[in-house]
Amino acid sequence: MQLTLWTYEGPPHVGAMRVASAMRGVHFVLHAPQGDTYADLLFTMIERRAARPPVTYTTFQARDLGGDTAELFKSAAREAYERFQPDLLLVGASCTAELIQDDPGGLARALALPIPVVALELPAYQRKEDWGAAETFYQLVRACVRPAPRAPRVAGRPARCNILGPTSLGFRHRDDVREVSGLLAALGVEIGVIAPLGASPADLARLGEADFNIALYPEIAGTAAQWLHRNCGQPTVRTIPIGLGATRDFIAEVAALAGVDPAPLLAGEAARSAWYARSVDSNYLTGKRVFIFGDATHAIAAARVAREELGFAVVGLGSYARGFAREMREAAASHGIEALITDDYLAVEAAVAAAQPELVLGTQMERHIAKRLGIPCAVISAPVHVQDFPARYSPQMGFEGANVLFDSWVHPLMMGLEEHLLGMFRDDREFHDGAGPSHLGHTAPKLVDRVPVEAAPADEALSWAADAEREMQRIPFFVRGKARRNTERFAQERGIATITMDTLYDAKAHYAR
Amino acid sequence: MSDLATLAAGCDAAPSVPILRERGQRSVFCGLTGIIWLHRKIEDAFFLVVGSRTCAHLLQSAAGVMIFAEPRFATAIIEERDLAGLADANDELDAVVTRLLERRPDIKLLFLVGSCPSEVIKLDLSRAAFRLSQRFAPTVRVLNYSGSGIETTFTQGEDACLAALVPILPATTARGLLIVGALADVVEAQFRRLLAALGIGPVAFLPAGQANALPPVGANTQFLLAQPFLADTARALEARGARRIPAAFPLGAEGTALWLAAAARAFGIAAPAIEVVLAAPRARARAALACHAPLLAGKRIFFFPDSQLEVPLARFLAREMGMQPVEIGTPYLHRQHLAEELALLPEGVRLSEGQHVERQLDRCRAAAPDLVVCGLGLANPLEAEGLATKWSIELLFTPIQGFEQAGDLAGLFARPLQRRALLAV
Repeated sequence: MQLTLWTYEGPPHVGAMRVASAMRGVHFVLHAPQGDTYADLLFTMIERRAARPPVTYTTFQARDLGGDTAELFKSAAREAYERFQPDLLLVGASCTAELIQDDPGGLARALALPIPVVALELPAYQRKEDWGAAETFYQLVRACVRPAPRAPRVAGRPARCNILGPTSLGFRHRDDVREVSGLLAALGVEIGVIAPLGASPADLARLGEADFNIALYPEIAGTAAQWLHRNCGQPTVRTIPIGLGATRDFIAEVAALAGVDPAPLLAGEAARSAWYARSVDSNYLTGKRVFIFGDATHAIAAARVAREELGFAVVGLGSYARGFAREMREAAASHGIEALITDDYLAVEAAVAAAQPELVLGTQMERHIAKRLGIPCAVISAPVHVQDFPARYSPQMGFEGANVLFDSWVHPLMMGLEEHLLGMFRDDREFHDGAGPSHLGHTAPKLVDRVPVEAAPADEALSWAADAEREMQRIPFFVRGKARRNTERFAQERGIATITMDTLYDAKAHYAR
Repeated sequence: MSDLATLAAGCDAAPSVPILRERGQRSVFCGLTGIIWLHRKIEDAFFLVVGSRTCAHLLQSAAGVMIFAEPRFATAIIEERDLAGLADANDELDAVVTRLLERRPDIKLLFLVGSCPSEVIKLDLSRAAFRLSQRFAPTVRVLNYSGSGIETTFTQGEDACLAALVPILPATTARGLLIVGALADVVEAQFRRLLAALGIGPVAFLPAGQANALPPVGANTQFLLAQPFLADTARALEARGARRIPAAFPLGAEGTALWLAAAARAFGIAAPAIEVVLAAPRARARAALACHAPLLAGKRIFFFPDSQLEVPLARFLAREMGMQPVEIGTPYLHRQHLAEELALLPEGVRLSEGQHVERQLDRCRAAAPDLVVCGLGLANPLEAEGLATKWSIELLFTPIQGFEQAGDLAGLFARPLQRRALLAV
């Protein structure tokens, strides 16, 4: 048994629902007790879907367990077919139905419906949501695609690719698909099928016609892309175009597979983020300590963007996706740190607190952690929240995605010029710790009440001389934590027991690179 | 799958109300959801669900997602090795509880909450609660109840929780009034003042805000249900000798007056004395209701089954706001506890018990009501179809009982209509 306060992922049948809800012409009959219908609200409230997810739940109760739950499943499946007339029926069981072992696949086949039935095995006590989505998509692809060796492309016909992985409840999938489609169009590459999002079973049947696949979200598309590689001879584009560098790499990889020239697209790229990162106002971003946690794809990509495109220092990198632990460890090693692989929210909180970052890039969970610790935060990954479905166009991928990353990661931080001005005026009467915001007049709450109690020195042998402590109070509160931490580390490394005014300024000189 | 049966009501207090009983997909929460408001109400209690990842996911989804840093509820997620018998589930549970109580020394009362998987694998949580109670006595008391979806629907989780508390209530022979059902603190305080003014006392509330402040119960206890979904709790109290005061529920000016008057009569207070106390707050409530009446009067309303509050709400909206209930769906209809309510419903209204959600949606679309009361899974899709909706879970999270909240209650139904009138997009 695992003690859990909050979970990063739902059960695997929720992953299956994300695939079914993304598609057209698919209906999912889920053997599940009453109560499991809560999952509908994820789609109707978080994603604000205008239609109910295409899911029928058997909603058995205790009194049914003594009777015939198998018959209940059959009648639910038959009614769902008659009412919704889908092109394909998915069937599966949630955690409780798995225990009663009714075999939804066998029962559904016994109905001899005139449509394909795809039975899902979703081991709820071993696996989680992303795995469930990947498995569902893989089973659908296997059921719909006839294996065939890839025909050589006719000369003169544009190259064609499929985009695999976007689902319902995905982090900005809707907008990423539009952005990536634009890149492909600019390269002159045709899009065969986008799946699961917006695809029908008939569309899936055409997957084999493309020359290659783009696995946009490897957590969901990885298994299916591998199968298509083996059975239809389609290579997979591996680069995930999150950030400017990765987008350029992605364009180069696609162009190589498609046999087109990437140079015109690369020459005319439209991202403002590169110029903004170089502009003088961004100097203050240099070396900002950032802690990154999320699904593996978004976290690894964010680490690259943080270092190469914003000049941040990555001080923490991790993921809740154990299936991608190897990739995660490699990425972390390239930043000189150790990856945090856990789905224990409290362990992540402890790691964030220990790393003392100046910015957290994480999921909604880390947003709450950061809020409690008083650290700015931007959300980069699922699990999703209603705020992750903005009304505006807001991709994470491609050139526009790079602009979105710049804005959404930098805005939570203090603006550079503001920071300098505050430094200049730090001794001003209105800028001391106790002063409330001057524009609110005398009734404003005193800031000093809101400044969190600072941590005691990490090393108990360490003490602060009174003059050094007083000087520390003159440093603006929003950089004081960093200054204190650096000074203490400096003192510890040199075996200094009492921090004096000199130690403080020696440390400042040491860290001023 | 469904046996559609239209039966005549068999309750003598109610007019013969036809009831549509349906079976099919029930789009309702399970009883675990009650933890969301119960853990706020009992300040030193912790709710540990023994269940699956689905249970944990439900709780955080229903809780509006991760608001509390370290909430007073959690899930002990059953894993493959617990099912395969590799790990003794009881040992595992003891280890989880020990770890939890070490982290949270502020916890005085721990509920082990059964779920669908724990019921199906027949994990005996009552024995586990007994065993852990002995180990952690006297600091922590451990109780158990089931919030599983196979046994409970939404608010029945509160019923199961309160019923689990009844056996440990201290005994008393003194006369007293017990108000049963979780109420917001502000509502509780208002009722205390009104009951004191009526001359009724002592008055106690179940659940109490603190685990060590449990109300006493005995043969001279009379109790008044503040919520319509407390069948098991009422039965457990009756088993301890307490007597239920039949009453309508305290929703709206009329309902609140009827509820308080029923208690007063049971305590021998004369009608004129009751009227003296109730007149002013009832007049204030009526004035507050009058603000919303123009918007709600004559509007047709359709209830999907959810909290079992549907019948009292429909009674309030029909009688005090002039609305026309088209269908009143409820997961269960407790005829005895709702007798006073059913008697006040307008003639000819359709009541439905249980659910076949697809057929009910068909009926709802055909009826084209002005307002639909439904769960979160249905609300936005119905809005997208052009129907105005009120999500029902808000009726559990918002203080709606009592005179001073009557206007707020009407406001909850008026707001979706106001908003529609306001928006020009």
